[in-house]
Amino acid sequence: MSEHDEKIEELVRRTMAPVDTGLPRDLWPNMLRRMEERSAAVPWFDWALLAVLLAWFFFTPGAIPVFLFHM
Amino acid sequence: MDVLEQFAHGDLDAFETLFRQHQGEVYGWIVRIVRDRGAAEDLTLETFWRLYRSRARFDPARSFGAWARRIATNAALDHLKRARPEVELLGEPPPQATPNPAIRAEMRTQVEAAFAKLPAKLRIVATLALVEQLSHQEIAEALGISTTAVRLRVFRALRLLRKTLKKSGMEP
Repeated sequence: MSEHDEKIEELVRRTMAPVDTGLPRDLWPNMLRRMEERSAAVPWFDWALLAVLLAWFFFTPGAIPVFLFHM
Repeated sequence: MDVLEQFAHGDLDAFETLFRQHQGEVYGWIVRIVRDRGAAEDLTLETFWRLYRSRARFDPARSFGAWARRIATNAALDHLKRARPEVELLGEPPPQATPNPAIRAEMRTQVEAAFAKLPAKLRIVATLALVEQLSHQEIAEALGISTTAVRLRVFRALRLLRKTLKKSGMEP
């Protein structure tokens, strides 16, 4: 490491201090909320599939009974 | 069946136990990287959500703490990549840093700005090595890279910091 690098390192140490790492509160209630939200969320792939189906039905309405028959 | 095995099988009570045991450690690790308390809380939740989602892949014979730290590091790295450079940094400079507070504040702003301009991969290593004074071994384990790669990233970060500070008229 060069002298310049050491000076930069020293400068960083002097100007930026380590942060307080203590957790201010219990996060478990927030975790439960997040899990509920994420579990209820519909994946983007399902929305894409629905969009493809709707587009298909829009352009070929005759496919709807065929689709329902195969459901 | 111990708590790690129960967690791997999707038991929510086991997850809660692990969450309560490790939330402080995970938060502490993340806040050291992102240096923003609000973001660190959110990223702690994100980390545990990722852990919960991947529970089936977790090997109960291995350390949960180390796995959590690795995932937390990735979540923090994703955050740094997304975040705009003007992230508010925490922590006060040591009182003996520079006698004149105005010069000290100016220096601090410039160093923080130079840090914020570093690419996320270098910034994470530079923060942990230069500011938090962690060992290269500890950083390497958290990032899943070699100690040589850590040394190299610190070196590159120092060079970039020097270049940025020089551009802003600050020659250390």
